[in-house]
Amino acid sequence: MNNVRLIVSNLRKAFNRRLVFDGVSFTLEKPASIVITGRNGSGKSTLIKILAGVLSTSGGNFFYEVGESKLDSENIYKIIGLVSPYLILYDEFTAFENLHLFSKIRGIKKSNEEIFDLLDQVGLYERRNDLLRTFSSGMKQRMKYASALIHNPTVLLLDEPTSNLDDEGKKFVNKLIQDFKSNKILVVATNEQSDFQFGDSIINLDAYKINSKR
Amino acid sequence: MKKAYYIFHKDFSSELRMRFALNALIMFVVVSLSTILFAIGSEKATENVYAGMMWVVVFFSAMSGLSRTFVSEEERGTNLILSLIAHPVNIFLGKFLFNLVLIFFINTIIAILYLTLFSGFVIQNWYSFILAFVLGNIGIATSSTIIAAIIAKANVKGTLYPVLAFPILLPVILMLIEITKSAMVGESISEVQSEFFVLLSYDVVMLTASLMVFDIIWKD
Ligand SMILES: Nc1ncnc2c1ncn2[C@@H]1O[C@H](COP(=O)(O)OP(=O)(O)O)[C@@H](O)[C@H]1O
Ligand SMILES: [Mg+2]
Repeated sequence: MNNVRLIVSNLRKAFNRRLVFDGVSFTLEKPASIVITGRNGSGKSTLIKILAGVLSTSGGNFFYEVGESKLDSENIYKIIGLVSPYLILYDEFTAFENLHLFSKIRGIKKSNEEIFDLLDQVGLYERRNDLLRTFSSGMKQRMKYASALIHNPTVLLLDEPTSNLDDEGKKFVNKLIQDFKSNKILVVATNEQSDFQFGDSIINLDAYKINSKR
Repeated sequence: MKKAYYIFHKDFSSELRMRFALNALIMFVVVSLSTILFAIGSEKATENVYAGMMWVVVFFSAMSGLSRTFVSEEERGTNLILSLIAHPVNIFLGKFLFNLVLIFFINTIIAILYLTLFSGFVIQNWYSFILAFVLGNIGIATSSTIIAAIIAKANVKGTLYPVLAFPILLPVILMLIEITKSAMVGESISEVQSEFFVLLSYDVVMLTASLMVFDIIWKD
């Protein structure tokens, strides 16, 4: 199995003139985990989106290394799984259709049984043929986990991982987190004191509000 | 390529269920064609008028429907999941394919309605007309797709689309009007060689340029 590293150096993000954070640096080498914390609006979700490759940076850089080679920014999606409050799946398709679609668009081969199995893992097998429109917010959160795991990612990015989940759902997430923590790369953005144990290290974004360019 | 096809497939099934674009398109075609029909009535207009009006209807129906591909993803917030499962090039190609199918479908309906409703609208050189029709649709689909990607990120989606689309689509529409006129009077393709050349170059240039800039537009 290839070695995977996430290298973040001097990352900076500003929306128009408003600085969110500056000078964020850390390196994670598989297996590793980090917790990102900070007040509301400190930029946790922003950092997670940047690491997922869907938001541009305003300075500094970050990259994923697989083996000895740097992963192209357009191909980050192949190795990461993201669960975030900003993630919205397709309401007009059923749970099964969503996952089926994602595997097809990703170009990975998944049999129906494999998708059923994934749905079973997140406790949605019984509801597989229901439109997502009819799902509760907790069920939608479970679907996000299924969509984040369908391609067996090496890096899992979780923003507010347990929001809307019941005890059973939290247990699933806990197990998943332990697995990624000890075998792969895990990044968790959270404000819950009880989630801080999920990371080998912790970074508080409140400390990165100072503009280094002034 | 296969991945782009599945994005197209997603949009297509989505469209069948949600009708983001199709209803607006069909309504527009029905309303504008009946207005023109009332206005012209049984009078015989010149080739200029017929050709011009046909492509004006096409232009505005493209305006009313083709922006939905990206705007609906952006409005519903599903663009995030899309960028998490696909390479930007495939996203563009999938959306382009969807708009291409949509524009072919709608424009074929418009052309058939024109041919049946207006007795003065007679095509004599079919080769010329069909070739222009195909090249024109490709050009309109390409431009509409990239413009839709741009405006999906803007705050004033509704008004911006026609404003941006008009100058960008103008060359295609003008060439299409010229070629249609020439096909109506039965001239051979060689008479409108330069117009065809412009159409073809437009398609190639727009498609290449779009593929190159889409990356930048797509990422916030
Ligand atoms: N698309 C955006 N445009 C402008 N400002 C934004 C945008 N997204 C986030 N922000 C700002 O960036 C800051 C960080 O937001 P966020 O990352 O969501 O914080 P957190 O997740 O830590 O609560 C906030 O001040 C927010 O207003
Ligand atoms: Mg947040």
